[in-house]
Amino acid sequence: MKTTEEIFNLLKEKFGDSIIELKTDIPIEQFIVVNPLEIDKICNFLISDNDLAFDSLMNLSGVDDANGEKKTDESGNTQTTGGTLSVFYHLESTSLRHKLVLKASTSIENPEVSSVAEIWRVADWHEREAYDLLGIKFLNHPDLRRILMPYDWEAGHPLRKDYKNPEYYQGMKVPY
Amino acid sequence: MAADIENKTTTNEKLKTEEMILNMGPQHPSTHGVLRLELQLEGELIVNVKPHIGYLHRCFEKHAEAMTYPQVIPYTDRMDYLASMYNEFGYAVAVEKLLDIKVPERVEYIRVIMGELQRIASHLVALGTYGADIGAVTPFLFCFRDREKILSLFEMTCGARLLYNYIWVGGVSHDLHHDFLRLTKDFVDYFRPKIKELNDLLSFNKIFIERTANVGILPLDTAINYGITGPMLRASGMKWDLRKDDPYSIYDKFDFDIPVGDGRMGTVGDSWDRYFVRVLEMEQSLRIIEQAIAQIPEGDVTSAIPKRIKPVVGQVYSRVEGPRGELGYFIISNGTVNPFRVKVRAPSFVNLAVINELCKGHLVADVITVLGSIDIVLGDVDR
Repeated sequence: MKTTEEIFNLLKEKFGDSIIELKTDIPIEQFIVVNPLEIDKICNFLISDNDLAFDSLMNLSGVDDANGEKKTDESGNTQTTGGTLSVFYHLESTSLRHKLVLKASTSIENPEVSSVAEIWRVADWHEREAYDLLGIKFLNHPDLRRILMPYDWEAGHPLRKDYKNPEYYQGMKVPY
Repeated sequence: MAADIENKTTTNEKLKTEEMILNMGPQHPSTHGVLRLELQLEGELIVNVKPHIGYLHRCFEKHAEAMTYPQVIPYTDRMDYLASMYNEFGYAVAVEKLLDIKVPERVEYIRVIMGELQRIASHLVALGTYGADIGAVTPFLFCFRDREKILSLFEMTCGARLLYNYIWVGGVSHDLHHDFLRLTKDFVDYFRPKIKELNDLLSFNKIFIERTANVGILPLDTAINYGITGPMLRASGMKWDLRKDDPYSIYDKFDFDIPVGDGRMGTVGDSWDRYFVRVLEMEQSLRIIEQAIAQIPEGDVTSAIPKRIKPVVGQVYSRVEGPRGELGYFIISNGTVNPFRVKVRAPSFVNLAVINELCKGHLVADVITVLGSIDIVLGDVDR
């Protein structure tokens, strides 16, 4: 059984700059912010190390942080530039009974995160969902397709905060 | 003679075989809703199963962002519509963690009674339809007869039979009917012998065992890697139940066992085990309900309901043991009255993903057996 802080120190020692910070100021949950492109290596270590043994990924969830810069032009339209998308990983070890939360943030213009689907198969569909609803691209994912929305949905990713419903989908009116 | 055999093998080799793609669903009675399975077949053997989901997608998560915290509750009802009470329960627990409030003792007992009744009702649908899928229609009617009694108890409590909006953040919408506890006690006494009836009718029926034992075996390490939870994980032999392993509400006050699969009819983790774990769980739920009825205190049930829910900036991942497995809510608050992000870890969604592993090498008819034993609700898969 290890605390988040101990795990943070352990990871920091092993992965150096890929482990960005330990967030403790958020109530209830502490989490470790990591480099999105190194997450697969970090997770590989977390599952295989005998003192950590995070064999279960409880939840993987994409979030639009909505922290971009907002600009309103003369006609009243708001334009958002920049900002980040994040992925939260909730891990658990069923044998050692400890939990860990990881966060990987990536830019909204080029949202790329390494896939962990080969490490925990449960991540496969969760990552497809995050790709479908938020447009986060998971590198090296075995089968990155839309999952909940129609395969030919062209209007973007609905859970983005700036998402707008299209007028028509395949000739059918969308707003009812 | 030898030349003859040789000739035959060469002709066989010349026969052209190719794989066939067959669509099962989306409108198929044994897919339990709108689910399309793309089967890749070699003759009648399954090479691959590719589930296509999303036909019931309503984007609950997007809706939730536009609602205030209490307004989300009716939406949670509509995810897993066979276990609405438990969806509300899980959501309420999550928001209460975010708000850091404690609910009155009586509320906790009411929630546990409702939750366990819901578990029995949900398992009855799972077991009944499972029998019907395989060809035993009578148990289905028996199960629905008993489930009806539970729904009547719910109707008496909150007026609704399927989508309740009963468990609220900080409490429940109103107190129990004055006759509720007596009738629930009657139900427990009535239902216990009915489990034996179900066993005689279906569980130990030879034809049923032949169809389900040794079909769709799920090894434990695969199950954990695929994030399988609930009765499916327990059928694979792991004693893992969040009511005991990560206790929430007042489950630590009750005495109950966690049934696990033992491979009695075939191999540990086969379809029969997954079926039978649910039967055994109903008995444990009855035990919990009995204890809760005996211990439930008097008191107010609405006193802790906040007038205005506005959590501080923060986030929480909270999970409960729903009838189908780990039901998790990941809620991020940005300090306003609307949740910033609500992500649901739906047990059916995660459990369905393993179907390819379970079906490989089996016959087409076994896909029905495997799918029924996973016990999915498409409202929960698609949200």
